[in-house]
Amino acid sequence: MNAFEYARPATVAEAVGLLSKQEGETAPLAGGTDLLSLMKDFLVEPKRVVSLMGIEPLAEIAVGASELRIGATVTLDALLQAGFLNQWGAKWPALWHAAAGIKSPQLRAMGTVGGELLQRPRCWYFRRGHGLLAQDAKGESLVPRGDHRYHAIFGNAGPAKFVHPSSLAPALIALGAEAELVSPRGVRTVKVEELYRAPQAAGERETTLAADELLTAVVLKKVAPKSATYEVRPRQGLDWPLVAASVALELDGGKVKAARVALGHVAPTPWPVDAAALVGKPLDEAAIGAFAVAALQGATPLAKNAYKVELAQVAIRRAFAAALKGI
Amino acid sequence: MVDLAWPDPNDCSILGKRTPRIDGPDKTTGRAKYTYDINRPRMLWAKFATCPYGRAKVATLDTSAAEAMPGVVAVEVIAPVGTECKVHFQEVACVAAESEEVAREAARRIKVTWEVLEPCVSDDDVEMAGNKAKKGKEQLTDGFDAALAGAAVVSETEVGCSILTHCCLESHGSMVEVAEQDGKTAVTAWSSTQAVSGVGGEFASAIGVEGSQVHVICQHMGGGFGSKFGADLWGALAARLAKKTGRPVKVMLERDMEIALAGSRPSAFATMRVGVKDDGEIVAWESAAWGSGGNTGGMGAPGLPYVFGNIPHKKTQTTPIFTNSGNARAWRAPNHPQMCLLTMAALSDAAAELGMDELEFFRKNLGLTARADVYREELAIAAERIGWAKKWIPRGEQKGVVRRGLGLAMHTWGGGPHTSNVQCTLHPDGAVEIRCGTQDLGVGARTAIAVVAAETFGLPLEKITVLIGDNRYPQSDGSGGSTTIGAISTATRDACVKAVNQMLAAVAPELNAPAEQLVAKEGMVRAAGSTAGGLPFADACRRIGAQPIVTMGTTQRGNGMSSSQVGGVQMAEVEVDCETGIIRVVKMVAVQDVGRIIDLLTTESQVRGALIMGVCAALYEERVMDPTTGALLNPDLEFYKLAGIADVGELDVHMMQTDEHLKRGVIGIGEPPAISPMAAISNAVANAIGARVKRCPMTPDRVLAALKA
Ligand SMILES: Cc1cc2nc3c(=O)[nH]c(=O)nc-3n(C[C@H](O)[C@H](O)[C@H](O)COP(=O)(O)OP(=O)(O)OC[C@H]3O[C@@H](n4cnc5c(N)ncnc54)[C@H](O)[C@@H]3O)c2cc1C
Repeated sequence: MNAFEYARPATVAEAVGLLSKQEGETAPLAGGTDLLSLMKDFLVEPKRVVSLMGIEPLAEIAVGASELRIGATVTLDALLQAGFLNQWGAKWPALWHAAAGIKSPQLRAMGTVGGELLQRPRCWYFRRGHGLLAQDAKGESLVPRGDHRYHAIFGNAGPAKFVHPSSLAPALIALGAEAELVSPRGVRTVKVEELYRAPQAAGERETTLAADELLTAVVLKKVAPKSATYEVRPRQGLDWPLVAASVALELDGGKVKAARVALGHVAPTPWPVDAAALVGKPLDEAAIGAFAVAALQGATPLAKNAYKVELAQVAIRRAFAAALKGI
Repeated sequence: MVDLAWPDPNDCSILGKRTPRIDGPDKTTGRAKYTYDINRPRMLWAKFATCPYGRAKVATLDTSAAEAMPGVVAVEVIAPVGTECKVHFQEVACVAAESEEVAREAARRIKVTWEVLEPCVSDDDVEMAGNKAKKGKEQLTDGFDAALAGAAVVSETEVGCSILTHCCLESHGSMVEVAEQDGKTAVTAWSSTQAVSGVGGEFASAIGVEGSQVHVICQHMGGGFGSKFGADLWGALAARLAKKTGRPVKVMLERDMEIALAGSRPSAFATMRVGVKDDGEIVAWESAAWGSGGNTGGMGAPGLPYVFGNIPHKKTQTTPIFTNSGNARAWRAPNHPQMCLLTMAALSDAAAELGMDELEFFRKNLGLTARADVYREELAIAAERIGWAKKWIPRGEQKGVVRRGLGLAMHTWGGGPHTSNVQCTLHPDGAVEIRCGTQDLGVGARTAIAVVAAETFGLPLEKITVLIGDNRYPQSDGSGGSTTIGAISTATRDACVKAVNQMLAAVAPELNAPAEQLVAKEGMVRAAGSTAGGLPFADACRRIGAQPIVTMGTTQRGNGMSSSQVGGVQMAEVEVDCETGIIRVVKMVAVQDVGRIIDLLTTESQVRGALIMGVCAALYEERVMDPTTGALLNPDLEFYKLAGIADVGELDVHMMQTDEHLKRGVIGIGEPPAISPMAAISNAVANAIGARVKRCPMTPDRVLAALKA
């Protein structure tokens, strides 16, 4: 890790003032569970690190009758704890499942909602210094000819082959959540899915945030008791899901009124799936099965990760089953 | 007088019972100091610049920026220009600096340019390995073809397992201090080693001093598994840099180098055919095996078929592959787990092909093993404990998403004692000190010595001081091959029996009894069989005069003291989610023959640890290499996956302890229980899903592929 300047502002305004417009010059620090590893491995080398942990309002969580507002530095533990105390978990089970799936007490104690959403990809080529696009000296990707068992099966036609690692993002997308962003230019609100993009060239990031922009909160505006996240995770303890699916449903007399589905660990971004085909139809096993197959129709697996196509279908089916059953 | 022979188990107060490790509290409170924890005044940290490719030649090397960095004290080049590095993370240069951070940063400032060469990392593809695969000669017994042709059923199996690494929680390394004392160079080496008595010479020769000048210390170590017998380049460097700088130098590997270089278990794959008669009798075995232990090829003894070595007709062939990956080192029962997997899978498939209960099939063929009676007994006990008769469903008969399966495997090992020397000091106040230059790899060697001494002197455990992990204590061989317990227990017994008998002789006149009739038990010295009279132990010891009694003991072989050769049986029950390919181990049963047990608790813990390692190998653990760059992709504990506690299921351990077993004496079992788990789990999965998963670890992609095949 290089030497760096450390700042711990007390307000969001101060914080964004301390961030550079220049990508990579500065870095916001939340729980640090990802940032510090990145710095130790010299994958990011910020000259200034701006801690967000002194900004009290960012650590607040507000649970209303039908609204949930989660500050960016709310820890995963605090989120889960509030889920018990205020039972938001029953109103937004998909988010609850996703948070509970991060099975390390240490990560939950330190990791924050904002950091979780903006953590960097775990692609082993990226983490070993080959860049986000995992290119060799000639600019060709190492991934298709390499070991890509965990890599993308969607959105991988471009140079980015990694998968986005966030567990919370697919859930928040299925739940229709919005993200609040603050920069020196002001506040803006975007859909959670709009936080992400697949980089097209070396040096580009996987998020749409400006370098001097902070995520301050995520907001859920409508309860979704019939929602669920299902992760295919080989080990019982801390382990990355191989794929994950989040669904949120509104039913009307046994028929689907609205449905939102998003997948995790299948593409360089959390991957929303169009579920319009389900609307107006009854949701039986056959319909869910057919939807799961259709959802994976456009997948473009690499030579050694076609199994993820199958796993994603299973995850979708099981997420639907869990959502229908309720928490 | 006390006999050398192990006492009757019914007379034992502590020997063979469950005794927690005496250093447990030290370890849990952090009082125990591992090599990694040793920090000395003015100590320097050393870090490495390494090769980022699987194979590349050093084209240019410039250390000036590192040397110029404030805080850097010494830089040593290991791979000068022109050197061909043959493995990712191979050491190019080493920096010693005032702090760990500066050393790391300076190592990064060493500028190397590379002539990149084509690596070979494909250990599972003989074709792709090309001339790196050295096809061995076919071994053929007479009548093989006829035997195979005459078989009622010929089953075919392909199975194998990836390269694993030792992945010691405490990485490899040493902390070395070189001082001038009384006109002589004195070297102190704190080293994480499996060979305290033997490793000193390597430090000595690294800096040209005599072996007598090196003091080796290893009080606690965080695992070795067969990979920590030598000082290695890392220890030698610590010594050289310490001498050069006149300051203590710590060289401990970081996790990535540990996983890349500090030992691996060779991969092994095979296609096999087994010919059986209608009634299940095995008549012929054919195997073509391949695999790699890195630059040294791999695929050593014990060979195929494993345990069932007496199959009458055999045809075998082996192809070691030389790959650009870290070299193999002895890994807890070298090559046995791999050969066990290959053999037990092929036999299980033969049973399934024949439509025979797997347990019945193995039982039927026990005559082809070296220890049929022991295995028969163990199979019966294991079957009972896992509920085989009730739970067995023939392969391929299960439907549904989640399926359960049973599997079994058998193993064999030596475990005879190495040479240990033990010194016992019995002080006039009754204090007992045992000195032995052995080491405790974390498994309980220190505790075992204390248990034997306590039993022999009739004292509680806390009255015994055990001093080990220091080469100034009497020589004891390195801990490998499950040889330690048989040696240190019998040598301790020998030394303590001599000491107690000298004491009994000294106190006999006062007790008005012949020394022959006296014993030391329950803290008292009195006539054997009596419960009254006598002297408290400490009072009795005062009669020996002002000087302590000092005795030496050594390894006792045979005569019921120690022995070798064990067999074990393990069974696994698994649950497989056939949609996700995720396997969960429900229960493992390990039945192990072990001779006489010194400490039942640490022995059982050994077996549990072995089962857990087996679950890791069966389900999660493997080294992943990039074919293009030859780089290791998972040199970290995030993607080099090990089981967590929730992944291991119920572990049921049964030690064979009938009189028949006890009278053999002590036998080591550090290794044997680590052999069968992967094979038993593979067989259980095959039973559950009706198909053989071809590779361990049996990850979801491989399970799903097997289900489709
Ligand atoms: C071995 C391992 C296994 C893991 N398994 C899982 C898993 O199964 N599922 C899962 O979801 N996660 C998993 N994680 C990741 C873990 O959840 C994240 O590291 C954690 O949530 C990140 O939160 P943090 O607050 O520590 O982020 P930090 O490390 O502080 O920050 C992460 C990144 O986000 C940026 N950032 C942080 N907050 C903000 C903000 N408010 N505005 C703008 N930028 C910001 C930082 O600059 C940095 O780049 C795992 C991590 C490890 C090491």
